[in-house]
Amino acid sequence: MKTPILEVEHLTMRFGGLVAVDDLSFTAFKEDVTAIIGPNGAGKTTVFNCLTGFYRPTTGQLTFHGHFGPVLLERMDGFRVPRHGLARTFQNIRLFGGMSVLENLIVAQHNELMRASGYTLLGLFGAGVYRRAEAEAVERARFWLERLGLVDRADWPAASLPYGDQRKLEIARALCTGPRLLCLDEPAAGLNPRETAELGELLLELRDRHGIAVLLIEHDMSLVMRIADHIVVLDYGRKIADGPPERIKRDPLVIKAYLGETEEEELPPEVAADLAAAEGGS
Amino acid sequence: MAYFLQQLINGVALGMVYGLIAIGYSMVYGIIGMINFAHGEIYMIGAFVSLIAFTLLGMLGVSWAPLALVVVLLTAIAITSLYGWTVERIAYRPLRGSFRLAPLISAIGMSIFLQTYVQITQGAKIKTLQPVITGGFTFTDASGFTVTISWIQILIVLLTLVLMAGFTWVIAKTPLGRAQRACQQDLKMAALCGVDVDRTISLTFVIGAALAAVAGLMATLYYGVIDFFIGFLAGVKAFTAAVLGGIGSIPGAMLGGLVLGLAEAFWSGYFSIEYKDVAAFTILVIVLIFLPTGILGQPEIEKV
Repeated sequence: MKTPILEVEHLTMRFGGLVAVDDLSFTAFKEDVTAIIGPNGAGKTTVFNCLTGFYRPTTGQLTFHGHFGPVLLERMDGFRVPRHGLARTFQNIRLFGGMSVLENLIVAQHNELMRASGYTLLGLFGAGVYRRAEAEAVERARFWLERLGLVDRADWPAASLPYGDQRKLEIARALCTGPRLLCLDEPAAGLNPRETAELGELLLELRDRHGIAVLLIEHDMSLVMRIADHIVVLDYGRKIADGPPERIKRDPLVIKAYLGETEEEELPPEVAADLAAAEGGS
Repeated sequence: MAYFLQQLINGVALGMVYGLIAIGYSMVYGIIGMINFAHGEIYMIGAFVSLIAFTLLGMLGVSWAPLALVVVLLTAIAITSLYGWTVERIAYRPLRGSFRLAPLISAIGMSIFLQTYVQITQGAKIKTLQPVITGGFTFTDASGFTVTISWIQILIVLLTLVLMAGFTWVIAKTPLGRAQRACQQDLKMAALCGVDVDRTISLTFVIGAALAAVAGLMATLYYGVIDFFIGFLAGVKAFTAAVLGGIGSIPGAMLGGLVLGLAEAFWSGYFSIEYKDVAAFTILVIVLIFLPTGILGQPEIEKV
């Protein structure tokens, strides 16, 4: 029996007349890599924004089973979300570009450090508690830097890293907040095939070895089909399919959403490539 | 040479005061991208609190200057910080997420309010403070010209240097400083790292107000006269210093303050004291023509 980590119930998000997400319900499990897929504009990122306090959902309930038991995300301030163990990355990379790689990871552990530093005052006088907490924070940062092969670049300004490494750093930063659920918004975008493969390995390792559930928005179908245990398909804000990859691949509604109504229509090259890759990867 | 040295000393002391106020403008701009026009008034309140505290201590019979100074310094910092915090809480925070000009207008309103409030409660007349610290070093050069460094000038320079060192350390090494730098780059992302953005902004106002309080105390000691209107010109000058140094940059604010202070001192010393403000703003114009982002400023990067 799987344990649910995130339960989305009847989530609707309206912007004026536009319904970005329409009555969406699904459950992500702790032991799974869950993927949300769908054509551009299907409302995938909107779901993430509702989860992390960027948007207030019009209706619906988002229950997250966090560090301190179940909490409702739909009314929570953004800065409280990571405390309960939910971290996310963005489609467009949002690192603190002017800060060093290591500092990016230390900021992610702000809460613990702030508490240990007695809200800065103890930190000012170099109290032992604070120094220990800081050493632990650096240790945790080093762990993920080593895992992702970035340890040599710890002192580089984050903005000067090559693109693929910036992606990795963003994931490392999310991991440093100590999540139970990691939400990744198109983490493979712009990565080369080797980097994408490494990313897949990492996500499986998070699931298997660190007990971190993954919720993934991704367009790279070969990656999704290879690592996802559970796929939710959105189209125009509605859920059109939900299940294991084998079933999703054969679902007529999904095929229609991706390929369009008429069979004669020319496929956009990237869709064709995705499909071919998906076939190859299965 | 001696005359030059004298102007240099005067300019550095004045520049330090400008710099301390300028940091408040620069920090707030760096984090929330607004010009806190009420900051000059915060400085003025710092000066009034200092004056009142000195007067009270005098009535209580505390005459040992170092003790009086420490007590006044702490009182001024505490009360002025409270003003800084309150201004942010009631005039700016409710408008966050509103259109860009709203907090700016609110800041101008706050500035007028604070001026009027001090004018009504303290009276419009110029207040004077009996010199608390007198004397200094005097050197005479071969031509018979004397150079004086007063104790107050030494105090201003030392105190500012100590504050700057401590402040730089807070920004570089403490969780609060890291949170401030993270907020400066990306407020929403900082929140997703668990940084309480509202509290960080509040603390930024508190720190800015504390530094302005020190500037207010030192100006009170230095000039010995204050009134409810001093915040205006000091605020404009410090804002100029912040822009000159590159707004958003803290070393820039200090550097801009120094450049401005020196420009004023040398202009007053060699040309005419009446036109010192013209000189200060001329430098601003010239620098902005050649370095549009200020001396140490970074080009604006569009935030997502």
